This record gives sequence, C-alpha cells and structure tokens, in this order.
Amino acid sequence: MTSDSNDIEFRSVAKRYGSVTAVSDISLGVPKGAFVALLGPSGCGKTTCLRMIGGFEQPSAGMVYIGGQPMNGVPAYRRPVNMVFQQYALFPHLDVEQNVAYGLKQMRPRIAAAEISRRAREALEMVRLAGFGKRRIHEMSGGQQQRVALARAIVNKPKVLLLDEPLAALDKKLRTAMQIELQSLQRELGITFMLVTHDQEEALSMSDLVCVMNAGRVVQIGPPQEIYDRPANLFVADFVGKTNRIAATIEPGANAVRLANGVGLAKPARANGTAGAAMVAFRPESISLVRDDTATLHGTVTHRIFLGSSVEYSVEVDGLGDFLVTADRRSLDESDLAEPGERIGLRFDPNAMHVFPA
Amino acid sequence: MRALVSSVYLFLYAPIALVVLFSFNAGRNASEFTGFSAAWYGKALSNTFLVSALQNSLMIAFTSATLAAVFGTMAALGMERLGPRMRAFFDALFAAAIVVPGVVIGIATLVALVAVFSFVNPALAMIWPGDHPPQLGLGYGSIIAAHGLFSMALVAMIVKARIASLGRDIVEASSDLYATPLTTFRLIVLPQILPSILAGFLLAFTFSFDDFIIAFFVAGSKTTLPIYVFASIRRGVTPEINAIATLVLVASLLLILTARVLMRETKSKSGE
Repeated sequence: MTSDSNDIEFRSVAKRYGSVTAVSDISLGVPKGAFVALLGPSGCGKTTCLRMIGGFEQPSAGMVYIGGQPMNGVPAYRRPVNMVFQQYALFPHLDVEQNVAYGLKQMRPRIAAAEISRRAREALEMVRLAGFGKRRIHEMSGGQQQRVALARAIVNKPKVLLLDEPLAALDKKLRTAMQIELQSLQRELGITFMLVTHDQEEALSMSDLVCVMNAGRVVQIGPPQEIYDRPANLFVADFVGKTNRIAATIEPGANAVRLANGVGLAKPARANGTAGAAMVAFRPESISLVRDDTATLHGTVTHRIFLGSSVEYSVEVDGLGDFLVTADRRSLDESDLAEPGERIGLRFDPNAMHVFPA
Repeated sequence: MRALVSSVYLFLYAPIALVVLFSFNAGRNASEFTGFSAAWYGKALSNTFLVSALQNSLMIAFTSATLAAVFGTMAALGMERLGPRMRAFFDALFAAAIVVPGVVIGIATLVALVAVFSFVNPALAMIWPGDHPPQLGLGYGSIIAAHGLFSMALVAMIVKARIASLGRDIVEASSDLYATPLTTFRLIVLPQILPSILAGFLLAFTFSFDDFIIAFFVAGSKTTLPIYVFASIRRGVTPEINAIATLVLVASLLLILTARVLMRETKSKSGE
C-alpha cells in the first residue's frame, strides 16, 4: 500500500491528550533521501509529529510508516530512526566515544568491540571531533556537544535522522555554520533528515521540502521556493518571510482587485478567488519606491532601517496604513535613499501579488 | 550576641567534648581527670556483652539499611510513573514518616507486631505438620523491620530528588539508541542515581546504629549497643561508657560525612 519511495508516511494521523488535540488528521509522505523541515509556531504539533516517528508518542488515530513498515505500537528502541535532541541529551557519565558507541553496542546481533570503536571514531571524524573521544561531556562546549549528539545518531546509519530544533541553543554564527554542515552531511550520507524548527530561515535554507504546520495540521508542503513564492494561504504568507497585507475586494466578473483605499489592480492570472472580500499580500522586496508617475500607490516614508546590503523602509500609504518595503542597495545611489518624511510612490508588479479569501 | 551564640555552642558541644575527653581518663572517677590512657577502650572491647551488643547493632544496621536502600529506590522509581496528584500524596506520606517521633513509631510498631503475632502464631501452629511450630516474636527481625521501614522513607526522599534532576530526555535518548527499558535502567539510570542510593544507605545505617527509642520498644529480649549503654548507665557512668560513646560518635560522623559528600557530588553533577 505505501509507496516504496517514501521513508516516512503519515496516514490520517491524529494525536490527542485528553481533550486537547495536538495533531489532527495529518497525511504526508517524505521521499527517501529528502531533507524535510517541519516548520510552524510553537504548539503547532510539529514536535509531536517528530516524537510519533521516534516512538516516544503513539498516535491516537491513523498509521505511521517508516520505510514502508507500519510502526504503530512499536517502541522507540525497535525503530530504525535516531534523534538529535534539542538539549542534546548526552549521557553525562560516559565519555564522548562511549556516547557515540552506545547505539552500536545495543545492536543485535552483536557487533565486535573493535568494529564498534572504529565506527565511533569514524563518526566523530565526520563531525570534525576526531581525537575528542576520551573527553568528558561537561568538558565540551555547546557546539561540540551538538556534534557529539549528531555523531551518536548518524553512527547507527538510521533510515531517518530526526532533529528536534537542533540549532536553537547555539549562537547565530555557530548556527549558520551548522546549517551548512548539516546540509553537506545529509548529502554525504544520503539519509532522510527530518528537522523540526520554528525558524523559517533555517527551514528555507537547509531543507529541500518544507512542511508548514499550524494548529495541528499541515498547511502547505513543498520546496522552499514554492512555499515562499506561492504561499497557500495568509498564514503561510505571514509566517514564512515578511508580508504586507491589505484588505481588498475582488470585483464581480471583472479580473480586478480593488484595494481598501479604492485603487484598482489587475488580478494576477493564477489567483483564483470568487467575488467579494479578500486579502491581498505583497512581499516587501516585490515593491519598489519611485519618484515618477509609474507608481500605483503613494505614501510618506516614516522610518528607514539601514541593513547593510539592503534598506528597509516603513511607508505610510494613503488610505492603507503601514507598508514594509525592502530595497536592494545596488539599485540605489547613495544619494537616492528616500528620506523619512518624503512623499514617495510605490510600484509593484501585480503578478507578485497574492490574493487570499478574507 | 556573640556571647549568646558562643554559649549556645558551648552548651551543645561541651558535654560531648567532655565525653570524648573522659574516655581517655586514666582514673576510674568520671568527674576527675587524672591523666591520659586508652585503657578504657581496651576494657570496653574485651567486654563480651558489649561486643555482642555491638555485633547485633552492626548486623541490624546493615540489614535494615540494605532493605531500605533496595525498597526505597524502588519506591522512588515507582513514584516517577504516578500522576501528579498521587505523587504529591505519597510525597506527603514519606515526609510524614520522617517527622513522626520515634516514640510513636516505637509504640505503633510494637502494637502492630504483637497484633500480627497473636494472629499468625496460632494459625502457624494449626497448619504446621511437626510438633514444634515456629513462633514469631520480637527480636532482631522486628528491629530490622521497624528500622527498615523508617529508613525506606529516608532513602526514597534522597533518591527521588536525584531522579527528578536526571531529566526525561536521557532516558528517551537511550531508548532511541535501541536500549530496552531494562538496559536503559542498568546503563543510564542506575549509574547516575547510585551515589544517592549509597548516601541513603549510609544515612539509614547511621540511623539504625544510633537508634535507641524504636529499638527499645521492639527489641524483645535482644540487646543493641544503645540499649546496652542505656542499661549500663543505671549502674553508674564509667569511662568505659565514654569510650563506647566516643567510638559510636566517630563512626556516625564518618558515615554521615561520606553520605554528604556523595549527595553533594550528585548535586554538582546534575547542576551542569
């Protein structure tokens, strides 16, 4: 029944705690070798999903498959998956190599001791911790502990590697370095990675499949670009990246959208939506500031935030309120920066506009 | 203020210091120091009544502390699986067991044991095939039972504090790495709670070794070291008693210090 090319499959999975529903009716398939991110705000059920794959929770309804095998009722210690825990969960009374070798030692049939220590050292090398095997856990920095946790999981060559907010405890620089490292590690190993995160940047930059969740449901699943460029609804548009949202009306019969301030725009071809109240969304970088008569909207610059490679403007648009506009620096002369208080025109491609039902 | 504090400490520790001092008294009089000598220690250790009381005490302390360590640890582990309400209930029960006065525990245990014996002994006599059915009575067993029961609460409280600081996630991590629940207990949980179990054992041992009140009620015809000391005091305080008291004091202090070190080690390890 399950597709062989899927390493993880959820079929109508639900999880309830008493009267609280953490996950409701999720169906999803993760292809072999994919790097998938479960993205959503805290409490959206993403961690519960991960824990149901790991075997720490059992679904209240539906089926979970790993590598085509049904996993309902199978305890964590009999599942071909390994997890990198948020707080690493390393064993403090064992040294680094003993931590890494722990899973191999539990495998039946038994693996020879020499083989175990060879593979443990190999895994430590892979996470660039060669020579740290005899260290105690508390002698390692946070970033190093993170690598030990990673080595401890990948050494077992699991079908799926589960990562529960693995970078949350690291500082920004280390986090960026680990993102790249995780990505190359995944390509090298060819193991399916499943990452849980509330950080949209992390999800977009690392994974090749993003699964956006909200209130216990999957809202949208697709490649990062698709999630960003074609959000399925207002929630995704808001949660992934920054968005300007405007109340609007879709004109009956006509291919036009009328904004709340009366300005009419051509409805983009791919936007379907029935006549009536709607919400229109623009990415800040799809808007440009102009001083000529090509502008669709007009407003007053209220704030300017210089970000180095780009400049972020806050513009009070007539009749619509605050807009966020990101201008690429290369397109601006230094002298061309708009000043706070200046009247300015806003121009945008109607095709970059997203139309959602209100 | 300083004088007050000094006098409080003086009042507390001067008598103990005197006991230690007079245990080395060369003379026989307990109120007049006539010179240093270890003679009373030799005398105490060649007193067969005293040595047998000491042996009884050591055997009872070791057995009851072992029982307390095993069952107290089991209780602490079991309480982990209870819901918050039941856990609070058992928490309160254990705490209560520790604050109930020794006299009350002594009387209660005595009454309970006598009631059980008067019910069980006739029943045993009825079903026993031979001519001489065994008779349950007060003795070593009843002291071990009373001490073990009390100490079990002590051990459970100490081990429970350690388990609480362990965190759920290393148990889950072990399970994630293919270890069965039993293996997880053996390789992950036990090594980390062992110092606290040992600390509990030592405190239980000290408690049992020093206890007079509970033992006095349930000992029957048996003699433990504190009971022997109490009995011989009636014949007058001799330097021999002082020597025994000093030995007990040193042994207890060593045990309690070891327990504290073990507990502190536990704390600093989990504090990371």
